[in-house]
Amino acid sequence: MNWASIFPPRASTAAGEIDALYSFLIVVAGIMTALIFLAVLIFAIKYRRKSENDPVPRPIHGSLVLELTWSIVPFLIMLVMFAWGTKLYFQNYSPPPENTLDIYVTGKQWMWKVQYPTGQREINELHVPTGRPVKLTLASEDVLHSFYIPAFRLKHDVVPGSYETFWFEATTPGRYHLFCAEYCGRSHSDMIGWVTVMPPNEYENWLAGGAAGAVSLEKQGEQLFQQYGCVGCHLMDGNGRCPSLRFVYGRPVQLDNGSTVMADEAYVRESILNPNAKVVKGYPHNVMPVFQGQIGEDGLIELIAYVKSLAK
Amino acid sequence: MSTTLPLPLTEQKKNYLNEDYSWKSWLFTTDHKRIALLYLFSITAFFFVGGAFAVGMRLNLMTPEGLFDHETYNKLFTMHGIIMVFFFLVPSIPATLGNFLIPMMIGARDLAFPRINLLSWYIYIVGGIFVLTAVVRGGVDTGWTFYAPFSTTYSNTHVIVAALAIFISGFSSILTGLNFIVTIHKMRAPGMTWSRLPLFVWSHYATSIIQVLGTPVIAITLVLLGMERIFQAGLFDPALGGDPVLFQHLFWFYSHPAVYIMILPGMGVISEIVPCFSRKGVFGYTFVALSSIAIAVLGFLVWGHHLFVAGQSMYASMVFSLISFMVAVPSAIKVFNWTATMYKGSVSFDTPMLYAFGFIGLFTIGGLTGLFLATMAIDVHVTDTYFVIAHFHYVMVGGMVMAYLGGVHFWFPKITGRLYPEGWAKFATLVVFVGFNLTFFPQFILGYQGMPRRYAHYAPEFQVLNVMSTAGASILAVGYLLPIIYLTWAWKNGPISPKNPWKAKGLEWEQAPSPPPKFNFEHQPIVNEPPYNYSGEETETTDVRS
Repeated sequence: MNWASIFPPRASTAAGEIDALYSFLIVVAGIMTALIFLAVLIFAIKYRRKSENDPVPRPIHGSLVLELTWSIVPFLIMLVMFAWGTKLYFQNYSPPPENTLDIYVTGKQWMWKVQYPTGQREINELHVPTGRPVKLTLASEDVLHSFYIPAFRLKHDVVPGSYETFWFEATTPGRYHLFCAEYCGRSHSDMIGWVTVMPPNEYENWLAGGAAGAVSLEKQGEQLFQQYGCVGCHLMDGNGRCPSLRFVYGRPVQLDNGSTVMADEAYVRESILNPNAKVVKGYPHNVMPVFQGQIGEDGLIELIAYVKSLAK
Repeated sequence: MSTTLPLPLTEQKKNYLNEDYSWKSWLFTTDHKRIALLYLFSITAFFFVGGAFAVGMRLNLMTPEGLFDHETYNKLFTMHGIIMVFFFLVPSIPATLGNFLIPMMIGARDLAFPRINLLSWYIYIVGGIFVLTAVVRGGVDTGWTFYAPFSTTYSNTHVIVAALAIFISGFSSILTGLNFIVTIHKMRAPGMTWSRLPLFVWSHYATSIIQVLGTPVIAITLVLLGMERIFQAGLFDPALGGDPVLFQHLFWFYSHPAVYIMILPGMGVISEIVPCFSRKGVFGYTFVALSSIAIAVLGFLVWGHHLFVAGQSMYASMVFSLISFMVAVPSAIKVFNWTATMYKGSVSFDTPMLYAFGFIGLFTIGGLTGLFLATMAIDVHVTDTYFVIAHFHYVMVGGMVMAYLGGVHFWFPKITGRLYPEGWAKFATLVVFVGFNLTFFPQFILGYQGMPRRYAHYAPEFQVLNVMSTAGASILAVGYLLPIIYLTWAWKNGPISPKNPWKAKGLEWEQAPSPPPKFNFEHQPIVNEPPYNYSGEETETTDVRS
């Protein structure tokens, strides 16, 4: 990137549209600035005081017409900015289209851990294909972070205690900066990495190359499910002390307080870390141990992948 | 005794400065003018402390690898932010010029609560001692925003001391605001109706409302932060069952309105300078006055625009975005009215007016780039980058500091009874303007290119613009040192000023000597003309249609 270029590289479907809006804002702001500067300059020169004996100017108290004009016209222009900016924001931040490639990212002082569904792991590197929507699920082990790819014109805060998701579709192969944008402590400015965008066929090769020895996320989750002893109570036939997890994910769950909750990633996560928060109807409290502080975010991601696979 | 005897000549020269030179007469004064000067010296000291941290930051950013290690740099930007926001910008114009001028402008002998006014300065100083303690003991590394859970659980620096400093100094801000509100309501001279109030007073009235209503929220937030940090209360740290986004809501509920605490008084100064140096009343007085109130009210409803990427509901973000655009309208109204005031005026180029030109230009850029940030899709890309840094420095430094310097020059003859060297002052204005733009304009480009803020080290392609910014900062530093030198010199050695060197309107210029006596006026002023009545007309004249 040229140091003076206004635009960083564009590598996502969102980037071009955001640059177009940005250009519109620059033009409007430029015209407004020029108008005000010119008016100040012209008035200052044309009406400059030539001598101390210049007559005192005739007073002009104001003009309702002018006041209304320069309130309403700029506001109408601002409404265009608002509408355009809101449309793009909703487009970029609404739930993703179908058939996304799901990748899991955990922020941790001061690195990015990336987990692929096929089981590969990377640190401070993210590989994505062009032409396919990629959904990122963001988790934090500690403090706030923000996952920022300038070439995609997108960022999203990574909030400890919850999952944030967002998606993008990469367009141009290349290597692009990945930054942490939310101050996260000592080595914040070292919490950086690279996003590698590849054509789909190259991406498949890359994935296959790393797949040797990799165990898929759901398989890793299954191992954890055994290791933590979950399997002893969450019997698949529904006769265990805890509810069966078969066909649970993605469906509504009846709770013992009478309400219903959607079994999404956040619900599964919460039920592992703090099982008594939302107990399924007909099941007792205080049976399952509290795993808060016992399982890391990457382990949770694997367990959730396993629970998801049980619903297939 | 109903007759007034003429005072002896020596008595007549008594003023608030020379009536008593003892240190007690300063430290125990209840004179709003002396308290204003106590504040002036204190905030100037903090400005240079905060500025020194900025110098350190800019030196570090000359190279991608940086000059300092991470810890040092993180503490530099944190202390720069805390000191500049809470110990310079928030008190800057209100506690100095506001304190000095509001009673004089409305024809009062003092503020409504002179002893509370002195108390507010002492509270400020206690807060200042705490913040300097935090600095001396090793500093704080949370950023001035104190985001949880980093500030509550992870940082091992002096967070509690710094939070206490802000907590304490907040009460000084509340007391100043309270004092101004009561004073403006109850102490106006006969004939000083609300529609005759100088716009400086209107803007301080709006500022005071925010100070009184907003500051308690930051105080509460900091108490909660302390409870979380010391007792693990479980408010903000998810590991303890808290919500980190809740902290952001609470923090910005004060800190966004606080931005208007930091700019409205500057707008008030510009509203005095522009008519004086155009020899013409302010265009659209009512609109300029009420736009201050509109800013104060709407300013409380936009805090969520700091959370567009924090996982806030998209629909909440949409509402915050719309209101953020709405708050831009009253600011635009002011800029248009100041510009229109010059139309068919008699414009002179004295130093205060040069600062007003600088303010209008830089505030316009700062305000318009605020629209970029209110536009959600753009904010997503540029939030937490140098674009935001550039934007708020255009408002806070390009706006507020320009207005502050303009105001200090404008009222310098009133405060000291002396004239400052006009040539040096004009030169310094130019240096400030050039240095400012060279420092901060490149940061807009850096921000859109994607350089995040609070980075001790950065990618090599960002270096050229960073070097430009550092070069600008060194020019800006000279621009800020010059006024300190020549104003200090002029205070002792400058030529004696006439009572009203600018031929300005307003009670503080027309009815009081320069410098004023202890109780401001020799006689109770009575107001019988509209504000900014430069043409000396008696009654309202006709409207001019465009």
